[in-house]
Parts: sequence; structure tokens; C-alpha cells
Amino acid sequence: MAEPLRIIAPDGSQVGEPPAGLGDGELHSMLRLMLLGRRIDQKAISLQRRGKLGTYAPLSGQEAASVGSVFAIDRASDWVVPQYREQLAMLHMGLRLSTYLLQRMGHPAGAEIPADANLYPQQVALAAHLPHAVGLAWGFQLTGRDAMVLTYFGDGASSEGDFHEACNLAGIRGAPVVFVCQNNGWAISTPWSIQSAAETIAGRADGYGMPGVLVDGNDVLATYEVTRKARERALAGEGPTLIEAVTTRLGAHTTADDPTRYVSPEQVEAARALDPIARFTAWLRATDRWDDEAEALAVKWCDGEIERAVEEFDATPKPRHGAFFDDVYAEEPERLRRQRERFHADRAELEEG
Amino acid sequence: MAVLSMVEAIRSTLELEMARDERVMVLGEDVGRSGGVFRATDGLQARFGAERVVDMPVAEAAIVGASIGLASAGMVPVAELQFLGFAYQAYHQIAGQLGRMRSRANGRFGIQVTVRAPYGGGVRAPELHSDAFESVLAHCPGLKVVAPATAADAKGLLATAIRDPDPVMYLEPLKGYRLVRDEVPEGEHLVPFGRARVARPGTDVTVVAWSAMVGVAEEAAAAAAGDGISVEVLDLRTLVPLDVAALGEAVARTGRAVVLEEAPQTAGFGAEVVATIQEEAFLSLEAPIRRVSGYDTPIPMPAMEDDYVPDLRRALAAIRETARY
Repeated sequence: MAEPLRIIAPDGSQVGEPPAGLGDGELHSMLRLMLLGRRIDQKAISLQRRGKLGTYAPLSGQEAASVGSVFAIDRASDWVVPQYREQLAMLHMGLRLSTYLLQRMGHPAGAEIPADANLYPQQVALAAHLPHAVGLAWGFQLTGRDAMVLTYFGDGASSEGDFHEACNLAGIRGAPVVFVCQNNGWAISTPWSIQSAAETIAGRADGYGMPGVLVDGNDVLATYEVTRKARERALAGEGPTLIEAVTTRLGAHTTADDPTRYVSPEQVEAARALDPIARFTAWLRATDRWDDEAEALAVKWCDGEIERAVEEFDATPKPRHGAFFDDVYAEEPERLRRQRERFHADRAELEEG
Repeated sequence: MAVLSMVEAIRSTLELEMARDERVMVLGEDVGRSGGVFRATDGLQARFGAERVVDMPVAEAAIVGASIGLASAGMVPVAELQFLGFAYQAYHQIAGQLGRMRSRANGRFGIQVTVRAPYGGGVRAPELHSDAFESVLAHCPGLKVVAPATAADAKGLLATAIRDPDPVMYLEPLKGYRLVRDEVPEGEHLVPFGRARVARPGTDVTVVAWSAMVGVAEEAAAAAAGDGISVEVLDLRTLVPLDVAALGEAVARTGRAVVLEEAPQTAGFGAEVVATIQEEAFLSLEAPIRRVSGYDTPIPMPAMEDDYVPDLRRALAAIRETARY
């Protein structure tokens, strides 16, 4: 198997050239966002256990794949089309953390994407968003916009037909889209070894007439660098790129899953040794860019963000009854209007008791 | 007014809408160089170029899925699925994505997409090509479902579909492409959604139909007139939104109804029509509502399809029974 591109080794030692364009301020922002991700998981799992959140898909272990790639685009002009484990990319693109938490409890306020955030709604049907991402990027070509699309999916989603159809079309149109596969090795309980007979997902790029890049997805700098290059290619009119970010899932697939049934303690241990946060922190410290004080400040910032989000979450009133009737059509058809009126009449009767 | 075939009405409307709005684009299999397997897009690529009239890879999910993204980028895609039966391979994009994007993000992403697809039997097409499953599409919230029966409506409803801010499934009767010919208004012609059309006035029995079955209903009505039965033919034109009021009013006038459809009977859209009539006009009903439909079998291979698709004889028998009940 080809070796994934790496700039920082798992022990934190530097084995490649760090990206030239990243200043200390940005490096700190990247680590802060990664630290926030780990803490969001802890908070969300605890809220879920207390019945305040619905099913939650933790991101722990994949912080670098998400953060490294999304930091490489221009969020003022480029777009992100996410699947559902890209909490950090979505936050970076402008989604409020409280909105994200509300979405995890199925509250309609959780569907609110700020008007200035270049972000598609998160996709639950695996790979179904990949053709959308290609269409969006193709639309940028047709409307003459100097922008690209970054889209995410997982190793499991790479088995879906939509993955194939989307990559094929992107290649044909030369669409400015970058596909980032977060290959964490598991589709719930199904390991890559029985997901596919292929060694890599990146290797499939040949079949679509685009470059495929294998990168250590737990190395935030390497992920940043390959995405930056892929973006440059896309904006130069050279077409799409398929990036396979090899990463690790430290927790369960979701809060509804019990990975002890299929992941061995040795496998957990091996994944922990590849922790993207420990690795990045070690490198930042070794290059005199990070110290205990910076760490303490970052943790304080994370705690503040989470506290504020949970306050907003708690302060959000329950959904209005019948809010699901909103925004189904631009103009409500007569029949739907009658159903809505009937619904509210029923509710009124119920409340009068 | 010029007399046009249905396929020519569709072609010229696409041309008008593309000329009117440069965001409108056509994409599908064989729509460009060949002008579509039924010539519904003939000449469009020569006039508007290969950027706006796009020959797509054979990938129905990508045709619909990419249209969603194109619409988000500000284009107005009109996608062609070569046959509605091929939409099975795009069903997850149609049901799971196309109709839900608006509500998924609280209205931020309206998807102005029209998906055109011919359907229905009577042209000896191979397996799967003739499948009629409009009821499945009508069951997907967020979609509109349109099924014109005349060339004039094909024009007016297509123009409305393309300009509609929501996704529209625009179903064309395969059999009617060249057989249906009528006077089509020139220039701007818009037919609003949710307004049924009285294709033939009558007082004794209402026959409800859409798409290719309207023609069968009209033939049966003419034949029934010979028996002294005055038949009203109501062409729904759009299944979603449904003209509930017109269904109620028609049956309030005649007290008797027959529903004609090509699809398998169970859970066909005809069942929705029957349920709606009894909700709207129960006290006016003088007879049970009859359904004349296909059967609960796969739509058969071409050599057997004449026995499957409702025809004049079966429609007339149902009209007579209902009138005499």
C-alpha cells in the first residue's frame, strides 16, 4: 500500500516541510478548533445520556482530517457540502455550535444555516450529497464564479453508487470540487477489509480521470497541504481531486452503537497512539509555538464556547407545534394549507381538553 | 395558433424558456447532439451551445443530484430522464433529496428544478420503459407532479414548471408525443398548477383522468353519448397540487365518477382521487366510484400491453355500469 503523505509523525516529530502559508495565529486556531471538537464530543455524549440530545456521531480521532481540510479553503467564497461527522468544518464555515446541538435533538432551529455561511445542510443519506457538490461546483463554472466546493464522506459511503456517479461526472465536467474521504476504517461495525477489495479509495481516482491523494488524516498539516493544492488545482480550472484522509475513529459510530462488540482493545490502543491532537500539540510545542499557558487559554476558550452554546441550547423554546409545515414549498398548496389548519384545530381542541 | 404535436410543443417551450432566461439549462442522456431520443430537445444545443444543453453520462442519480447543486448555484436545470422507468435509478435523489432540500434548511435552499420524463404504455417499448408510477412521486412531499394531456397544456404547464421555485416532476405521455396534436397558443402561455380542466362537459358521469388516459376518456365519452349517457371528462393536469375543489364540484354535478389510470391499481393515484371525491362530495354520490386501471402486475412486455393499458372498451363498460347503478 502506498504510504500516506505525512508532515508530522505520530510521535510529533517533523518528517516533511510544513505549509508555508500558515502563520502561528492560524496554527493556534486550528488546534483550538480540534480541542473544541474533543470537548464537544464529551458534552454531547453526556447530554445524550441525559436524554437532552438524540443520536450523536462523535468525531474524536478525526479532528485533523476535518480541520486541516477546511482551513485550506476560503470560507468567504468556497463552499462546504458535508456529511454528518464534519462538526468542525461546519462550525468553521459559520454554523453556530448551539444550532448544531439543536440539530442533534431534531429541533427545527437546528436547521438554520446563517445566510452568510457557504454551507450546505449536513447529509444523512450516505454519498447522496456528492452529486449535489458536483452540481454546485459545475454551477460555479457556468456562472463564472471563482470558487470551489469541498465535500466530505466516509469509507462506507465510498461503496454507494452516488460516489461513483458523482466522481465520474466531476471528472467529465472538470468541476472545481475536492472530495475528502475521511477513511476511519469503520462503517459502523464493517471494517474496510470487507467494505472493499481495493487497497485504497484514492486509487479509484484514476478511473475518473482525476488525481487521487493519500494523506495521513491524523496529520493536520499534511491534510491542510493536500487540500490547499487540490483547491488551487480546482480554481485553476484543472478539475477535481479525490483525497483519502486515513484517520481513526476513537469512539463509537454513534451513541446508539457499542463498538466493544467488534473493536478489539488492541485496535483501540493502536488508534489512541495516532491521536491527531496529541501529535499536533507535540509538534507545536517542539517548535516553540505552544506552551502550557497557551493550552490553558485554549481550554478556557473551549469551555466558554461550549458553555455559551449549551446556554443558548437550553434557552431555546420547544419547537412550535406544526413547524414541520413550514418551508415544504415556496407557496403552500391548498391541500397542505387545509391539513395545517386541521392540525391546528386538533391542537386547539386538545389544549382546551 | 399553430397545431403542434405534444413533443413539438415541449421542444418549442424549452426553446422559449431558454431564450427568456439564460439560467435555464437542459441536461440529460442524448439531449444535445442527437436532440433527445424523442427529439424533445432537437436543435437546442445548436442554438444555445453545449454548456447549456448538456449530454450527460448514463447516470440518472447524477442527473437529478447534480441538478440540485446546479440550482443552488443559481442555474435553472431542466433535467430529462429518458424514460420514467429509469427514474428508479434516481429514486433516492428524487424522493430523499430533491423534494426535501427546502425544508431541510428552513427554506434557505429552494430547488428550482424540473425533471421531465416520458411514461406510459402503448408504444411497444421494452421492459421498464413504460412504467407508470406517478403515485409514488405524488407521495413525496416537496415535489410537484404534472401530467399534461394536450399539446397546449404541455406548453403551458412546462413553462410554469420551469419558472416554479420548487422541484417539479413533469411527466409526458409517451403515446401522446406524436399522436396528440392540438392548437397551441404562440408566445407566452402559462397554465397554473392545481387547476383541473374540463376536457368535455357532461351531466351524467364524471370521468377523471390525466396524461394519456384523457384521450381514452374522451373516446369513451363520445361512445357513451351514443347510448344517451352524457359524460364529463375532467383532466387533472397536475396531481400535486391537486384541484380538490374541481373534483368535489364535478361529482356534485354528476353524482357519479369513474377514475381512469394506467398504473397498477393498488395505491395508484386513482385511489387518492377516489378518497378525495368521497371526502368532498359524499352526499352527492349516486353510485360507487369505479376505477379502471392497470393490474397489480409488472407492466407487461410490449406484445401483451394492449391487454393491460385501459382502453375504450374497458372505460366504456365502467361508464355504463356506473351510469346504470
